[in-house]
Amino acid sequence: MHNTSQTLRFVLIMTSIVAMLLALLQNGLKSKHDYNEALYSKKATLAAVANQLDIDFSSISSEQVTEIFEKQIKQSVINDEGVVIPKEDLEKDGVKNGKAENLDLVKQDKEPIDERLLPVYEFTKSDGNKYYIVYTRGKGLWDAIWGNIALESDLNTIAGVSFDHKAETPGLGAEIKDNKAWVKQFIGKKLYEPNGEFVGLEVRKGGAKDPMHDVDAISGATITGDGVEEMINTDIVAYDAYFDKLRK
Amino acid sequence: MADTAVVEKKQGLTFGKKERKLLTDPLSENNPITVQVLGICSALAVTTGMKNALVMAIAVVFVCIFANVITSSIRKMIPKSVRMIVQLIIIATLVTVVELVLKAYAFESYKQLSVFIGLIITNCIVMGRLEAFAMANRPYESALDGLGNGIGYGIILLIVAFVREFFGKGEIFGAKILGATPDYWLNTSESSIMGWYQPNNLMVLFPSAMFVIAVIIWAHRAWKPQLVDVS
Repeated sequence: MHNTSQTLRFVLIMTSIVAMLLALLQNGLKSKHDYNEALYSKKATLAAVANQLDIDFSSISSEQVTEIFEKQIKQSVINDEGVVIPKEDLEKDGVKNGKAENLDLVKQDKEPIDERLLPVYEFTKSDGNKYYIVYTRGKGLWDAIWGNIALESDLNTIAGVSFDHKAETPGLGAEIKDNKAWVKQFIGKKLYEPNGEFVGLEVRKGGAKDPMHDVDAISGATITGDGVEEMINTDIVAYDAYFDKLRK
Repeated sequence: MADTAVVEKKQGLTFGKKERKLLTDPLSENNPITVQVLGICSALAVTTGMKNALVMAIAVVFVCIFANVITSSIRKMIPKSVRMIVQLIIIATLVTVVELVLKAYAFESYKQLSVFIGLIITNCIVMGRLEAFAMANRPYESALDGLGNGIGYGIILLIVAFVREFFGKGEIFGAKILGATPDYWLNTSESSIMGWYQPNNLMVLFPSAMFVIAVIIWAHRAWKPQLVDVS
C-alpha cells in the first residue's frame, strides 16, 4: 500500500494545492470584501441618523449609502483637544486618503484618550439642519460592542443611535442592535444638564425613571446594557473639547 | 440503525431505485439529525432564526456534496493512515470557500453567521458521510448521498428554527406574526395579531433547541416505529 514517503508526498501536494486555491480566492475577492466592510460601517454610521434621511433607511441600497456619504456628510478626524487633524498628517499615519471612514477604530480605542484619533461625521439634512455623528466603543458581555451616536446641532440631544456587537447572545445582548424599539428610546435623551455639566446616560433596570437621561434596560442583558452605558459615558467625554469649540 | 448500504459497482450514471434511495433515505429513514443524531451542535447554534437556518442549510448542502465528490474521486489515492486528516482538509477548504464567497456576495448573512459557518468544519454529518460513504463509493453516488444528507439536515434545521423563531420572537423570517408590535418595548397596548402573546424568551436560548429536537425525534419514531432502537 502506502509507505511513509508516499504518504508525506500526498499530504504535501494536497496541502499546497489547497493553500494555493484559497490564496487565489482570497486575493480575487479581497476588493469585494473591503468594499463590503466599508459599506457596512458606512451604513451603520448612517443608521444613527436613519430618521433624518429623505429615503426609507430599511430599504436603502449600496449606491444610496455611498451617495449620501459623498453629498451630505462631511467627515473629519479630531483629537481629544478638539483640534481637527489635517488630511496630510493622517495619511502619514497610514489612514487612507486621510478620511475618518478609513480610521482603524479598533486600534484607536486601545490608545489612551489623549492620543486617540476620533472620527466625526457632520450630516447635513436636506432642510439644512446639522447632525453630528460620533463613535463609541466598549465592552459587552462576550466581546466588543460599538455604536454611532448622532447628536442634534445643540450637541446635547441625541438624534439617533446605532449599535453593533461582535459576539453578544442573540435574543439577549444582541438586542442592542436588533431591537429597534430599544434603540428608539435613545432619541431625545440629553447628555448634558442645562448648566453644561456632563451626566451622560443611564441604562436602568426596571424601567427608565429620569426622562432626560434614562433608558430602559433589556431584561436578560444586564452586562451588555451596562456596557452600552459605560461606553457612551466614557467615550463621548473625549469629544467634549470639540463640542465646546463648535458651540462657540 | 438503517445505514445506507454500499452501492454495488456499476457503470454509467443511471438514476434508478438505488439512487433514489440514496437521495430520499436521509430525508426520513436515515435522517442525520433525528436518526443518526449527528450535527446537533450546529442545530442548537443557528436555529434562533429561519433566515440563518436557511443560509446554514444551503452552506451544508454545498459542503456535503462537494466534500463527498472530492473525497470520492481521490479515495484510491488517499493513504489510509492519514485519511481522516485529508478529509478534514477537504472540508475545511470548502468551508473557507463558503465563508469567502458569503463575505463577498451575502455580507449581511456572513455577519450574522460568521462563527457558525466555520463550525461546519466540526459538523459530524459531513465527516461522517465522507468516512462512511464517499471513501467506498463513486463520485456520482457520493454526490447524491451528500445532497440527500445535506437536505435531510436542512429540513430539520428549518423545522427547529421555525418553532424557535415563531414562539421565541413571534416572527417568521424576521416578519412579525405573533405578539405585540415591534413597539412593544414602549407601547404595550398596541398590538398586532394575537397581541396578548408574550414571546417566550426560553425558545431563543439554546436549551430550547434540545427540547425541540428531542420532540422531533420522538415524533419521528412514533411515526416510524422501525427506527426505535430496541437494544
